[in-house]
Amino acid sequence: MSNGKADVANTDTTAASSQAVKSTAATAKSVGKSLFNWAAGLAILLVLWWFGGYLIEINPATTNFKDFGPIPTFKAIPYLLEAGKIQAAVFTSGYRLGAGLLIAIVCGIPIGILLGRSKVFRELSNSPFQLIRMISPLSWEPIAVIVFATWNGAIIFLIAVAAVWPVVFATAAGLAKVDPAWFKVARNLGAKPWHMVTQIILPAILFDILTGVRLALGVGWIVLVPAEFLGVTSGLGYSIADARETLSYDHLTAMVLTIGIMGYILDSSCAMLIKRYSWHHS
Amino acid sequence: MENRSGVQISIKDLTHRYTARSPITFDKVNVSADPGEALVIIGRSGCGKSTLLHILAGLLDKTSGTVQIDGKDVTAPSSRWIMMFQAPHLFPWMTVEQNVGTGLRFARWPEDKIKNRVNEVIGLVHLEEFARNNTQDLSGGQQQRVALARSLVMEPDMLLLDEPFSALDAFTRATLQKDVRAISKQLGVNLVMVTHDIDEAVIMADRALVMAGSPGKIVHDFKVDLDDPRERQDPTVQEMRARLMQIFHEAAGTPAASDDEDSDAATEAELVGN
Repeated sequence: MSNGKADVANTDTTAASSQAVKSTAATAKSVGKSLFNWAAGLAILLVLWWFGGYLIEINPATTNFKDFGPIPTFKAIPYLLEAGKIQAAVFTSGYRLGAGLLIAIVCGIPIGILLGRSKVFRELSNSPFQLIRMISPLSWEPIAVIVFATWNGAIIFLIAVAAVWPVVFATAAGLAKVDPAWFKVARNLGAKPWHMVTQIILPAILFDILTGVRLALGVGWIVLVPAEFLGVTSGLGYSIADARETLSYDHLTAMVLTIGIMGYILDSSCAMLIKRYSWHHS
Repeated sequence: MENRSGVQISIKDLTHRYTARSPITFDKVNVSADPGEALVIIGRSGCGKSTLLHILAGLLDKTSGTVQIDGKDVTAPSSRWIMMFQAPHLFPWMTVEQNVGTGLRFARWPEDKIKNRVNEVIGLVHLEEFARNNTQDLSGGQQQRVALARSLVMEPDMLLLDEPFSALDAFTRATLQKDVRAISKQLGVNLVMVTHDIDEAVIMADRALVMAGSPGKIVHDFKVDLDDPRERQDPTVQEMRARLMQIFHEAAGTPAASDDEDSDAATEAELVGN
């Protein structure tokens, strides 16, 4: 009898481990397929780029621009890295982007919370916010140049102006989805207004805030490059403008590629943070 | 956990209306309860029983009258009396133990003391093995147990329960009804509960207050004089249930249900007024 029970237990264990092996194999297969698709997508882009470069090269009218192709670009990258040009440009632009984003987050979250919590503020701010939001961030550049003593300050301001709206509206939208009963429960448990913000509101809407920051990052990154075309002598935008002036098309494309890679890394990091801090169970 | 002393509840001529133009929710309600007593308020939907509970919790303002606990006016929520709602309303970004410790963190308890107290209360509601789980992974009954633990951890003198078991399946509901009454008696805290369910009132109450009319009034104060533990199928419980049912129908001016109709489902449907 006991042997019979042991056999059943062994069978169960074997079945469970076999199920686990199958599940792990299925996950590995799915991850492998995703990685393959990811690499295949990039490979297709690379082929299209190479083909475009080839067409430019074989056409006598455009052959001077052949350095736009991938091979000259990949040859230029080690040189630019060795000379420290890519690192310097990334660092400077990263500083501007980071400072602009930080201002957008610091201003955007409280404004978003106010927007979500106060009907009066929501009604009062609706028309001015919608009006200001629709102004292209780059159109503030002449004013920013006058107001700020340095170009750096002006660029950071432009990024902040562009990035603040996604943070504001994502925060407010997150707050609108918060269960009002959480506030009642928290009040019942002795929460002070400060607790409401730090222990209820912020954790509840962290997912939405991070989604807003991700959107803000994208907008800020897009504004950064054209903002650096004018006035400054550093950063990714400047490096592109400088490469164009000196007809170094391989350097220009290498910098464009750097912008794409950096943007992709930043966006992916944001997506990972969102996944890490999301409390929503499927 | 230490035994509590419970509270003396005194509600006099309490009247409520939501706005100056809205109809009176209830009018000149008088209730008193001794420390450690379990009151259950039953009545049809809309008679104002939940509103009465919210005012007693300090979560809603009264229109006139007095609400006193231990001789002091209730004007705001307090950690001495904690309310449990129909849904558990747990904080889904927290684990079970984090949820349970929320009130203590608000009260700035030291972390080691929070941990000890939380473990103690989680044991009381039999959720030890789920302490580190996210609350979204728990069943409805387990979530309501977490809400109970979150209330008990504050060592309240009174638990206010606003139909907290109505969304649960019958088996879980029956278990929790007995557990909550047992825990409240063990700790010596007052219970004030609102329900549609006459069975629940008989299982949980020392006194059942029947509310009826519009505006609502307390039309009957019924002593549920039964020994613990109370089992549904116990003849004395059945008899008490039948008496309370009759009182309810007399108060509501509705014909009493026949034996065939006198099932749980019929009882609840009638009381809900659907």
